[in-house]
Amino acid sequence: MDASVQPWTIARRKPDPWLARLFDWKPFLVALCMLPTAGLLLVFLTYPLGLGIWLAFTDATIGQPGHFIGLANFISLFHDPIFWLAVFNTIFYTAVATVGKFGLGLWLALLLNNHLPFKAFLRAIVLLPWIVPTVLSAIAFWWIYDPQFSIISYVLVDVLHLRKTYIDFLGTPWHARWSLIAANVWRGIPFVAICLLAGLQTISPSLYEAALLDGATPWQRFRRITVPLLMPILAVVLTLSVLFTFSDFQLVYAITRGGPFNTTHLMATLAFQRAIPGTQLGEGAAIAVSMIPFLIAATLLSYFALGRRKWQQGGAND
Amino acid sequence: MTSFTRRESLALGAAAIGAAALPPNGARAAEEVPAADVAPPEYKIEKGATLRVLRPAKFIEADEVFFRANTKKFSEQTGIPVRVDFVSWEDLRPQTAVTSNTGAGPDIIIGFSADPQIYAEKLVDMTDLADYLGKKYGGWFDLAVLYGTKWKTNKWISIPMGGGTGPTVYRISWLKQAGYDRIPDDLDGFLALCRKLKEIGHPCGFSLGHAIGDANGFCYWALWSHGGYLVDENGKVAIDSKETIQALKYVKEIYPTMIPGTLAWNDSGNNKAYAAGDIALTFNGVSIYYVLKNSPDPRLKAIAEDTNHQTVPFGTSTRRPQSSLVVNAMLFRHTKYPNAAKEYLRFMMEAPQYGPWLSNCLGYWSNPLKAYGKMAFWAADPKLAPYAVGMDTEYYDGYKGPVTPASSAVSANYTVVDMFAAVATGNTTPESAAKQAAQQVERYYKS
Repeated sequence: MDASVQPWTIARRKPDPWLARLFDWKPFLVALCMLPTAGLLLVFLTYPLGLGIWLAFTDATIGQPGHFIGLANFISLFHDPIFWLAVFNTIFYTAVATVGKFGLGLWLALLLNNHLPFKAFLRAIVLLPWIVPTVLSAIAFWWIYDPQFSIISYVLVDVLHLRKTYIDFLGTPWHARWSLIAANVWRGIPFVAICLLAGLQTISPSLYEAALLDGATPWQRFRRITVPLLMPILAVVLTLSVLFTFSDFQLVYAITRGGPFNTTHLMATLAFQRAIPGTQLGEGAAIAVSMIPFLIAATLLSYFALGRRKWQQGGAND
Repeated sequence: MTSFTRRESLALGAAAIGAAALPPNGARAAEEVPAADVAPPEYKIEKGATLRVLRPAKFIEADEVFFRANTKKFSEQTGIPVRVDFVSWEDLRPQTAVTSNTGAGPDIIIGFSADPQIYAEKLVDMTDLADYLGKKYGGWFDLAVLYGTKWKTNKWISIPMGGGTGPTVYRISWLKQAGYDRIPDDLDGFLALCRKLKEIGHPCGFSLGHAIGDANGFCYWALWSHGGYLVDENGKVAIDSKETIQALKYVKEIYPTMIPGTLAWNDSGNNKAYAAGDIALTFNGVSIYYVLKNSPDPRLKAIAEDTNHQTVPFGTSTRRPQSSLVVNAMLFRHTKYPNAAKEYLRFMMEAPQYGPWLSNCLGYWSNPLKAYGKMAFWAADPKLAPYAVGMDTEYYDGYKGPVTPASSAVSANYTVVDMFAAVATGNTTPESAAKQAAQQVERYYKS
């Protein structure tokens, strides 16, 4: 202990008028309280994003800082057939996988919304594919799709004798695309299902009872009650799901690395391949930046098309 | 090139292979290796020197065990503490870049093939040490000179420590069944062998997927063995040539003889298929043999018995048309203890240390210094012979052009692999594939 510590005395400290006034000043206090959050966002969100965008306009490589080269990366990508192939793959992958996830996810949500035995347990089980780290499920699918050791091929060929040859899941462009989409749908269903289930449970049962009394068929109840009331949450889930799928990386990178001959490359995997193993940081960043307009468009579309209907604000639907 | 395949040693459950199970090779390395009587350069070790070394992670246990043991021996003899960090292969290049840009961090980084060329300006001149080692141990192999020196100069900027190569790996009994005692050295003969193997139900298999080591290894072999090359001496793109088109047509002939699904193979694809007895022939690093031989499973041990290696067919080339993934020790100028660092590298490359490291890796690393090819373990297991000459080649990624990061970028983007894969599967004609590949290569070789 410091010997100079004074014994504690109750003394009236003179309030520091300058400091006290500063802390009483609301704008300052607000700014001060927001500082930690703002700092975190700036350091971990804005800075990397800003740096990524800046790199897209430079010829940086790993080891060389690079110089500003304007739009040269984008012009070069515009003439690169592999980039356009990746754009096509990404859009196709996102569109098909999203439709699949929503169709099956909604179905699953409706099933889980019924009274079932072991309801809580079943709902927990359903979440499993979503909880398992992507890389682990990717490795599982990689084995499932293996040209020599696939369990599916084994069952079809050696157990059931339905086929003569093993299926080449990842060796031809369209097989590989569909295989990856299937893996992505499997992974994405729980997220959609659980979110929509939450939405379904907010719908008052009295509406269904009223419809039942009016003699509505199950389809009519679904079409006229469930769908409209689910629409707001559907818009949010759809937006999130599209964003996740569009920027998917791990599944493709772990299973095919973009092969065969780039037919499964997504923009995210191509960006990584060019930037890190290929050392062309600037070009990789340019591919990543090229994803932004697509993501904004997808967000706006699902937000405005589904989330801003007049009836949601109490008006009539038109 | 093929060294990435060692990751499969994990896939095949190599966890069982502990250091204890390893044969005590190379204990007498100092006697086995013919060394000339050359006085070592005298490095005045700085006071209070400490060293940090960064190197690629091991894929076989012995690599790390003996590297650490040698380092410990150095610390004990000199009193210089040395910290060695093993980082995953993907992380090594970014970490090297950060070290170079910030001028801080490890003193020595053991990086891959062309990396020293990227940082040439920031590296300590190693000519004295390289000259000494070369003189003492029978000279450096061509590939070591190529990657160790600054392009087109005699100035050494790194010390090559080893290379990973991928010769043919084949089943002796199945080759016999097909009527062969060895792999034919000519291209037609090799194709005939592949056809014969397919006929007897034990096909070959070479990755044409996005397998960084195996697929590039096979496709560059096909290219070089036909006399094709990526760029000419001045770095001008030369892939769109009649030799390339011949190579493409050749692989298109081989493709139907392979086991189906090689387009889906990553670097462990051929290892798994080979260990399962699905293929009779492939190109690979020593990992397949190493894992099988050290396996406790008698079934796998039997496959190891029936396995042999041979250098890849030369085709039209006069030198072995295959490269190695070389690891080079770079000493950065920001180090405070350059003399201690050089002394450390000298120590690690001398026979009493390098010998046990090399020999216990059983061909995982090919030696850059010729004299180490005389070690007893190479003769004790003649199956390892092709790995002893892994760095005896003039071929490298980006052959015949300058050694630059561009060639690494081409390999990392699978440009050559995709060209072969698209033609082999009949998705493109050889002519248009070569043209497209040339356009892609141009992207990285643009000045």
